[in-house]
Amino acid sequence: MSIGLIGKKVGMTQVYLKDGSAVAVTVIDVAGNQVVQVKNADKDGYTAVQVGYSDKKENRCSKPELEHFKKHNATAKYVVREFRTEGEAPEAGSALGAEKFADGEYVDVIGTTKGKGFSGVVKRYNFKGQPASHGSMMHRRTGSIGCRLTPGRVWKNQKMPGRHGFDRRTTQNLKVVQSRAEDGVLLIAGAVPGPNGSYVIVRPAIKKQTKK
Amino acid sequence: MSIIAKIEQEQLKSTLPAFNVGDSVKVHTRVIEGEKERIQIFAGIVIARKGRGLNKAFTVRKISNGEGVERVFPLHTPKIAKIEIVRQGKVRRARLHYLRGRLGKEAVTVKERANERASADS
Repeated sequence: MSIGLIGKKVGMTQVYLKDGSAVAVTVIDVAGNQVVQVKNADKDGYTAVQVGYSDKKENRCSKPELEHFKKHNATAKYVVREFRTEGEAPEAGSALGAEKFADGEYVDVIGTTKGKGFSGVVKRYNFKGQPASHGSMMHRRTGSIGCRLTPGRVWKNQKMPGRHGFDRRTTQNLKVVQSRAEDGVLLIAGAVPGPNGSYVIVRPAIKKQTKK
Repeated sequence: MSIIAKIEQEQLKSTLPAFNVGDSVKVHTRVIEGEKERIQIFAGIVIARKGRGLNKAFTVRKISNGEGVERVFPLHTPKIAKIEIVRQGKVRRARLHYLRGRLGKEAVTVKERANERASADS
């Protein structure tokens, strides 16, 4: 695994490629990523890199928090995430940015999906629902949730209404259309989880390797 | 300026002829066949303009072999090499969908703009 970046979903737009085709892209702001801590096997028992994003006022930090940032020559950040690494790691306090990903590279984007509140089974599990008319009074109801004497109970994990959305989700194998280091943004083909303004993690794709 | 506005601004074409609904135009489109790129012309009447910013698009209608053909072009696509205005039309609608119901010569003609004709006469 290699290091990813933390970013903020700005919104979507479209760009024209060289061949004239238009691609829908998500703009992700990744400016100001910083290595907060480098963990090593001797001291921490495993190797990882802690990355911070989104500047935070120092007076908003708790003292232990602030000292942790200061100890590693980093500035205070709102979001801190860890990436497991192998081999060489960057120095603590060094800056990371959009230049980490090149044009055409594949990435995975992890985010928190939009919350849908307490939803019924039609929205939550794509149940078909029942007839709308001809005297039907079922419409969008759950329907049967089990059998009779055997098994005499409702199976575990039976799909029923409940909280929907606001889950951590990973969208895999998205292509970086443009990596704009000067603006500190990545343009990624397609949609990523979450509303605009939410924090996302961008990491190199695990399954799809970039052709070189 | 927000970053999205900046990205869109960069892609807008700076030099575009001012044309309107009702104008007869020739749209020079870039067609890629295998390795080669050539220009194909789609000539007809602009019957609608829609969208704003980068999403601006226009519809061109022509009669090809007796069959009405409409094509929607994004205004800022790099696939359009050039837009040539053949004739300026005078219309009182924003959308000329009524042309779809017309047959023969009526279907392809829109009144020419008066001042344009006057200057041509003099």
